Amino acid sequence: MNKFVKFFSRRRSWSLPYVLFLAVFVVAPLVLIMIYAFQSEDGGFSFANFEKFVHQREAMNTFIYSIGIALITTLICILLGYPAAYILSKMRASTARVVVMLFILPMWINVLVRTLATVALFDFLTLPLGEGALIFGMVYNFLPFMIYPIYNVLQKMDHSLIEAAEDLGATPRQVFTKVVFPLSMPGVVSGVMMVFMPTISTFAIAELLTMNNIKLFGTTIQENINNGMWHYGAALSFIMLVIIGLTTLFGDSDEKNSANDGGLL
Amino acid sequence: MVNSNYIIEIKNISKSFSDKMVLDDVSLSVKRGEFMTILGPSGCGKTTLLRLLAGFNSASKGEISIDGEVMTNVPPHKRPVNTVFQRYALFPNYNVYDNIAFGLKLQKVDKKEIEQRVKRALKMVGMTDYEHRDVQSLSGGQQQRVAIARAIVNRPQVLLLDEPLAALDLKMRKDMQMELKEMHKSLGITFVYVTHDQEEALTLSDTIVVMNEGVIQQIGTPTDIYNEPCNAFVADFIGESNILNATMVRDRLVRFMDKEFECIDEGFGENTPVDVVIRPEDVYIIRNAEAAMFHGTVRSCIFKGVHYEMFVETPDGYEIQIQDYNCFEPGTEVGMMIKPADIHVMRKERTENHIEGTLVDATHVEILGETFECEAVEGIEAGESVDVAFDFSAVELTDDPDDGTSWGTIRFILYKGDRYHLTIRTDEDEDIFVDTHDVWEDLDEVGIKIAPSALRITKLTK
Repeated sequence: MNKFVKFFSRRRSWSLPYVLFLAVFVVAPLVLIMIYAFQSEDGGFSFANFEKFVHQREAMNTFIYSIGIALITTLICILLGYPAAYILSKMRASTARVVVMLFILPMWINVLVRTLATVALFDFLTLPLGEGALIFGMVYNFLPFMIYPIYNVLQKMDHSLIEAAEDLGATPRQVFTKVVFPLSMPGVVSGVMMVFMPTISTFAIAELLTMNNIKLFGTTIQENINNGMWHYGAALSFIMLVIIGLTTLFGDSDEKNSANDGGLL
Repeated sequence: MVNSNYIIEIKNISKSFSDKMVLDDVSLSVKRGEFMTILGPSGCGKTTLLRLLAGFNSASKGEISIDGEVMTNVPPHKRPVNTVFQRYALFPNYNVYDNIAFGLKLQKVDKKEIEQRVKRALKMVGMTDYEHRDVQSLSGGQQQRVAIARAIVNRPQVLLLDEPLAALDLKMRKDMQMELKEMHKSLGITFVYVTHDQEEALTLSDTIVVMNEGVIQQIGTPTDIYNEPCNAFVADFIGESNILNATMVRDRLVRFMDKEFECIDEGFGENTPVDVVIRPEDVYIIRNAEAAMFHGTVRSCIFKGVHYEMFVETPDGYEIQIQDYNCFEPGTEVGMMIKPADIHVMRKERTENHIEGTLVDATHVEILGETFECEAVEGIEAGESVDVAFDFSAVELTDDPDDGTSWGTIRFILYKGDRYHLTIRTDEDEDIFVDTHDVWEDLDEVGIKIAPSALRITKLTK
C-alpha cells in the first residue's frame, strides 16, 4: 500500500497516462507505418512498395501535383497574408485583436462544413468546380495560419529598430526592405510550415471542391488503404512523412533559435 | 542665416499626447559644437524633446530649426542628425560591420570609403576587429559602442543621445562618460544628451538644461547650475542640498532658523520671503558649540567613502545635512558655520496657494472641482469667478483620498529642514502646495481638506 502511494505521489508518475496515450496513438501507428511500408504483400522485408511508387507514374504524378498545389497555396497565402499581418500590426492593439478574432472565427467551424459551404457558394455563383476552386478552398482554409504568426512577429518587433533605420537615412520603403521584412522572416517560416505541410495531405477539400476530379496525394493514400493496399498505402504515407519532416528541419536550421518567435510552433 | 552661432533653435515648442501636456512652451538654442545635456526626472519631457529633434514625433505647436532650416515637416531620414538609443536598437539581422555601414550604404557611399569609415568609427569606440561579430553576442557596453559608431560614422551635424549609458553598470558608465567626452572633443560636432543622472550631466556637459513637468527650469553651465540654482527644484535635483525658508532682511543680510546670516546676495528688497540653499559640504562643523554661528546635536553619521554624511538637529528643530571628512558621533554637541558666499538665496516661486474658483453661495466656493466650505463672503454674487488664496500650512492631508473634500497625487517633495513642502497634483490637474511635518511618499494619493477659515476669497478682476 505504502509503495502504491509513493508511486502515485511522484510527479513523474503523473505523466503516465500521457505516455501511454502517445505510445498507443502516435508511436505505435508510426512504427506500424514503417513496418508495413517495408513489407511486401507476403510479409517479407522489401523495397517493392517504393519501387512501385517510383515506377508507377500515377502515384508519382499525384505526388508532384500535390506539392505543386501546396506550393501555389502557400505562395498565395504569403502574398495575401503578409500585407494583412502588416496592416494588422499597424492598427491599435484593441482594434487589431478584434480583426484577428474575425480571421480566426471561421476556424471554429468544422473544415468539412466550411468546404461544403464553399461548394454551395460556387454552385450559387455558377462557378466551375475544379483546380481554381481547389486552390481557393485551400487558401481560404489555411490563410489564418499564415497571418497569425507573421502578425505576431511584426507586432512584437522593437519599434526603436524602425526608428533607428529612419534615423540613419532609410526611406519608409527601405525601412521595410532592409529591416522590417528580414526581421519578420521567422513568422513567415512558421506560416509556411503551418500551411505547406497540411496542404500536401488534404483530401477532403480536394474531393469536395473538384467533385473527385482532381486527386491529391492524401486522396491517393486514402484510396489505397480503403482498397486494402495497406503496404503500398503505408509506403506512400512514409514518403510524405519524410518530406514533411525535411521541411521542418529546413525551417529549424534556417532560423536557429528564433523560429519560436512565430508563436504558433 | 541670422544666428549661425546656433545649430539648433527650438521656438515655443509644445507637445501633448492625447490630453497630457508633455512639453509646455519650450524654447532653447544649442550652440554649434556644444555638449548640451537635457536633465530631469523621468516623465519630465526630456526624451520627447529629443524625439522631436530626431523627427520621430511632431510638435503640437512651435518650430524647430536645425542649421538654419525649419525641420517641422522634415521626416527623420532627411534630418542632419543621428541618434544613439537607450536600448541600442542594433539590427539583429546584420553583423557589426553591416550595422555601422547601414547609413553609408543608403547614401550610396563608395564601397572602399565605407570600409575605411567603418574601420575608423570602430577604432574610435575601441571596437577594432569586431566587424564580423554577431551583434547579439556582444555585451551591453559593446553594443552601445557599436550603436555610437553607427551614428557617428554618418558624420551628422548633431548627435542625439537618449540616456545611452542608463543600461550599463556603474564602472562601465564612468568609463563610457570619459570616452564620450573625448569623442565630443575630437569629432567637434554638437551633442545633445538626455539623462536623468545629475552627476553624469555635471561631468559631461558644456551646458545643462534642467527640465521638470515639461518646462525648462534653468539653463546654464554645470557650475552655474550647481552653485546658483534658480529654484528649489533645481537645487534639490542637482546634488544634495539644504533648502530652508528664509527672509531677506535687507541686502546682504538674510534671516533663517531664527538667526541672521550675512550673505552676498542683493536686490531682493527688504523683508522679502526667500528660499536659501546651502550645500552640505559648505557647512563647517566644529566641536566648540559656543564659538560657532549656530549649534546642534548630531543625529546620524554615515561613512560615504570620501566623506561622512551627518544630520545635525538644531534646538529649534531644524535638520541640517552636512558633509565633512571628520566623523562626529551621534549625540555630540557641535557648532556650525557657513561662509556668506555659500548661502545661495533664491526668490520664492510662491508664498501661498492661489486658485481660481466659483462662488456657489455665501458660505461655499467651488475649487479643484469640488465644493469647499468657507466663511461668509460679502459683496460677491453667487456664480462669480473668484480667486481663492490659502497658506501652504492650511491644507490638511488624509491617508484615504475619499476622506478629503478633494484628492490628489503627491508629485514632488521638498525637505525644508523643519518641514516638507509638497506639490500635489489634484484630480482636476491643478497644482496646490502644502507644508507639512508628516512624512509622505512620492505618488501617494491623498485626500485634501482645507479649514473654512483659511480660505481668503477675493473677487477676480479681469
